[in-house]
Amino acid sequence: MSSDAMAIQAAESAGRPWVETLHEWITTVDHKRLGILYIVFALVFLVIGGVEATLMRIQLMRPHNDFVSPQVFNRLFTMHGTTMIFFVAMPVLFGFANYLVPLMIGARDMAFPRLNAFSFWLTAFGGILLYFSFVGGSGLYGAGNAPDVGWWAYAPLTARAFSPGNSSDYWTIAVLVSGFGSIGTSINIIATIFSMRCPGMKLSRMPLLAWLNLVMSGMVLIAITPLSAAQIMLLVDRYLGGHFFDTQAGGSAAIWMHFFWIFGHPEVYVLIIPCFAFMSEIIPVFSRKPIFGYPVMVGATVCIGFVSMSVWAHHMFSIGMSSYSNAFFTLTSMVVGVPTGIKIFNWLGTMWGGKLIFKTPMLFCIGFLFQFLIAGLTGIMLAVSPFDWQLSGSYFVVAHFHYVIVGGILFALFAAFYYWFPKMTGRMLNESLGKLHFWLFLIGFHMTFDVMHIPGILGMPRRIYTYEPGRGWDTMNLIVTIGTFIQGIAILVFVANLIYSFFKGPKAGNDPWDAWTLEWSASSPPPEYNFPAIPTVASRRPLWDLKHPEDPDGRYE
Amino acid sequence: MAKKLAVEWGACIGRVTGVLVIVAGILLAAALCTAGQQPANPVPSIFEPHSTPADSILRLSNFVLTITVLIFGVVATLLSYATVKFRSKAGDAQHEPAQVYGSTQIELAWTVIPILIVVVLFLATARVIHAIQDAPKPVAAVEVTAIGHQFWWEYRYPALGIVTANELHIPVSDPNHPTPTFLKLLSADTDHSFWVPQLAGKTDLIPNRINETWVDPHRTGLFLGQCAQYCGTQHAKMLLRVSVETPEAFQVWVNAQKQPAIQDEKEAAGKRVFETTACVNCHAVGGTNATGRFGPDLTHLMSRSTIAAGAAENTKENLRLWIQNPDAIKPGSLMPAMQLTDADLDALVRYLETLK
Amino acid sequence: MSTITTPIAQAPEAWSLPYRGKVAMACLIIAESAIFTIFVVAYLFYVGKSLTGPTPREVLETPIFYTICLLSSSFTIHFASRFLERGNRAVFLGLWLLTIVLGGLFLFGTGQEWHRLIYEHGLTISTNLFGTTYYSLVGLHATHVTVGLLMLGIVLLFGLAGRVGPEQSARVEVLSMYWHFVDAVWVVVFTVVYVVGR
Repeated sequence: MSSDAMAIQAAESAGRPWVETLHEWITTVDHKRLGILYIVFALVFLVIGGVEATLMRIQLMRPHNDFVSPQVFNRLFTMHGTTMIFFVAMPVLFGFANYLVPLMIGARDMAFPRLNAFSFWLTAFGGILLYFSFVGGSGLYGAGNAPDVGWWAYAPLTARAFSPGNSSDYWTIAVLVSGFGSIGTSINIIATIFSMRCPGMKLSRMPLLAWLNLVMSGMVLIAITPLSAAQIMLLVDRYLGGHFFDTQAGGSAAIWMHFFWIFGHPEVYVLIIPCFAFMSEIIPVFSRKPIFGYPVMVGATVCIGFVSMSVWAHHMFSIGMSSYSNAFFTLTSMVVGVPTGIKIFNWLGTMWGGKLIFKTPMLFCIGFLFQFLIAGLTGIMLAVSPFDWQLSGSYFVVAHFHYVIVGGILFALFAAFYYWFPKMTGRMLNESLGKLHFWLFLIGFHMTFDVMHIPGILGMPRRIYTYEPGRGWDTMNLIVTIGTFIQGIAILVFVANLIYSFFKGPKAGNDPWDAWTLEWSASSPPPEYNFPAIPTVASRRPLWDLKHPEDPDGRYE
Repeated sequence: MAKKLAVEWGACIGRVTGVLVIVAGILLAAALCTAGQQPANPVPSIFEPHSTPADSILRLSNFVLTITVLIFGVVATLLSYATVKFRSKAGDAQHEPAQVYGSTQIELAWTVIPILIVVVLFLATARVIHAIQDAPKPVAAVEVTAIGHQFWWEYRYPALGIVTANELHIPVSDPNHPTPTFLKLLSADTDHSFWVPQLAGKTDLIPNRINETWVDPHRTGLFLGQCAQYCGTQHAKMLLRVSVETPEAFQVWVNAQKQPAIQDEKEAAGKRVFETTACVNCHAVGGTNATGRFGPDLTHLMSRSTIAAGAAENTKENLRLWIQNPDAIKPGSLMPAMQLTDADLDALVRYLETLK
Repeated sequence: MSTITTPIAQAPEAWSLPYRGKVAMACLIIAESAIFTIFVVAYLFYVGKSLTGPTPREVLETPIFYTICLLSSSFTIHFASRFLERGNRAVFLGLWLLTIVLGGLFLFGTGQEWHRLIYEHGLTISTNLFGTTYYSLVGLHATHVTVGLLMLGIVLLFGLAGRVGPEQSARVEVLSMYWHFVDAVWVVVFTVVYVVGR
């Protein structure tokens, strides 16, 4: 049946003018196509952001280097951070959520398909607007001026006095617009999960990916909006003569920090929670066991969602808050590590006693587990505010958060790519190239980000375009840069695998991994309507029930 | 064949990660051991403290590190063990393993233990926060007001009537008779951060806000640091140099700084250049008409070993270059190129060299 | 390679899920509440901190009448919704129109107040911290009222063309949720600006 559907699709698309295909993709409201659009968009910006990082690392590979000017370097780190957070991580995670959530809950599409498309195009517009700043940022006067205020855009550096021209406005508006896109998609995900589940799929039977995207979307609603509010205030300051962050008029620079980090900290949990979702779907399949402690996993995630709203000022330990404030945020920042650790233990419990299959998705999962553990522990170090008084603003922090984002989020994303690419395209990614990608990236990642902790401990601050020789930072920076190139090669291998396998990969069939959630019952790729008939489910692993009718899951839940 | 490869990959993962961790640890140890062994350019390591706040932080950090390393050891060992022990073997495809859904006792155990660890860590931390932040100021403390500018440091000693820039001089503090230095931190423009790792943790300088920090160095010497909060184009070259001196040497320095500028008649021409071009808009020279506050005070310029907040050595050539073309030393700094003729420039530099 | 496409299990007795429009509007309200919270926090933080210029005590006049207008519009829209559910289109349209009029009156009142503040007291968004936070917070609310009125107006037009009946009552209910939210925000803004902040 599935091969017939694909044959019909192929016959229809052969010989059609490419403009028609392009038009279809631009006007699509199908959650699967929008998911792919989000993912491809994010991949393009991943490469751009990676180039920005490589340029910075070349500049920093030896002291007093003059590969780029300070002005260009400052724009590079601003654009790199802004791109990676808002135009790589958020879109790619929304892309996977968009593609998978309706399939996993047995629905035909998201609750609001047109809102879905609108949200995507808002984000896309934001990305293009941000990069237009390279060309148009100075308006009439200069040759182009991307923002150079850091991705946190601290006040009063963003005031007209210190950031003349329009470069800061490109940052503000691009991020503001894509923020509205994120809010739209989150509303869509929540409405879909509450209102479109197939019969029998009680909330307690939903796949963890659906649960975790529900929590993440709820967090987006109250985390992105403080940033939107602060950005509106910044625009009022810059264009209407307002004084929200105008220290000369009695305004406060610290209040921008509070508003930004009230967004900024939950944001990083917004980014990691969908990655927890990937782990919770992939590790069980490659351990051949159900997830250990499903209710605890849900509870821990909800807990993380709430507690993470109370930790924000651990990014501000050095601004001179009272000892009571510092102690409070130290406590909450440590407390949030407890449910996070519980999740790591539950994944370990899932693997324990299983039959582990080391295909590429699982390799990336295991890398994630070790690396996220380390990243979490350096996070606990940073939660200890006196320790943070030394480490904040240094390369130790840069190493910590890249450990989470690259070692955690990106590894989880790679696992998700290798796992769901067959479902999205109908073809398997090449396993040998996958393993090459994994090992190359692992070596490059550790070379860069393990070593990067050291200059921080030796006093090297972040966001500096050059540094003094003889402080013990020179060799470390060189090693960090070499690791960057190795990671770059690994990414090229990955992109080559994606392109090659899309055209020439072996056919995947419905269920290449012998998995248990509803998306594997649809064809690969699924037809536009997802399922011929809306399924009914009786347990958390409907396909396990079908494959093992003598021992259905419903008996044990 | 495929299963056998799966087996080897699994073991490899554990081994490689372990090796990498060990290598990283060796590198870290090596870096830390070699820190501070070059007297000319000391390494500003947070693990080489020479002042009470930095000492307390190090003791607490070692405690935290011990706990986190232990946690890593336990969990990573379990993960590595699981990866090796439970890999699937040939012929496994027919049988699924026992489907275990969870265990309340285990969940309780690995919830309660981390909570206890958090309690211990928090109590240890709270004590140090309080000890450092709420330390009372002894009567004999030296008071300094540090004002952050784009991209230089202004230092005022209100009780001593001194204004200087970029190079901070403070006395060593004898534990029996403490003479710490308490700094008020202000900013004239954007956010900055005062970070000299061997003396204390960093504290930010934020406009329209008064922050405080303190140091009590236990030994004399030169301690290095730099601005640790991105403040604009030349954030990277807003360096910190803290000279800790014996009480006697400090007093000598204070007395010299209190004097107005030396009036050397031979360099009257250069002084006239200084006073009639735009220099006086930004710079002050004590005892003259120059009272500008936007740039560093130059009364005792030649008592400093660097210029441009540490960006260049204080030599005749660099001084000349700085005035003629600041972008050659610190592109994006707020010092303008002064557009002087060669004759004027030479005279000016000779005048500046008299400001000892 | 599995060919199973539709897992069939025992169909549950009754499977009803919440209406997606209501869920989405609840989410939007939560998100908007967060935005307003930040503006309220900024307002409260800056109370009394203006270095120069007019203070709230000197220039603010409590807008009792226009507040009553806006809050009663919550009642009118609620009953409009009820009557539509019961099929009484005429009363629905009358109450709906009344809601729009009351909302419009509120906006008129805001405009009148702003005119007075700008031309009689010289208070603009750039005058001082009070001016910035006041116009931003009240302006943000007024913008939401305006958008609400536009949506209400569209429904009125469709209603007058005879296209709004009991089948649309779920959607009308969703819009009425938004309107209640706008009113609730006004209660908060009113308290913060005219009571606490003085």
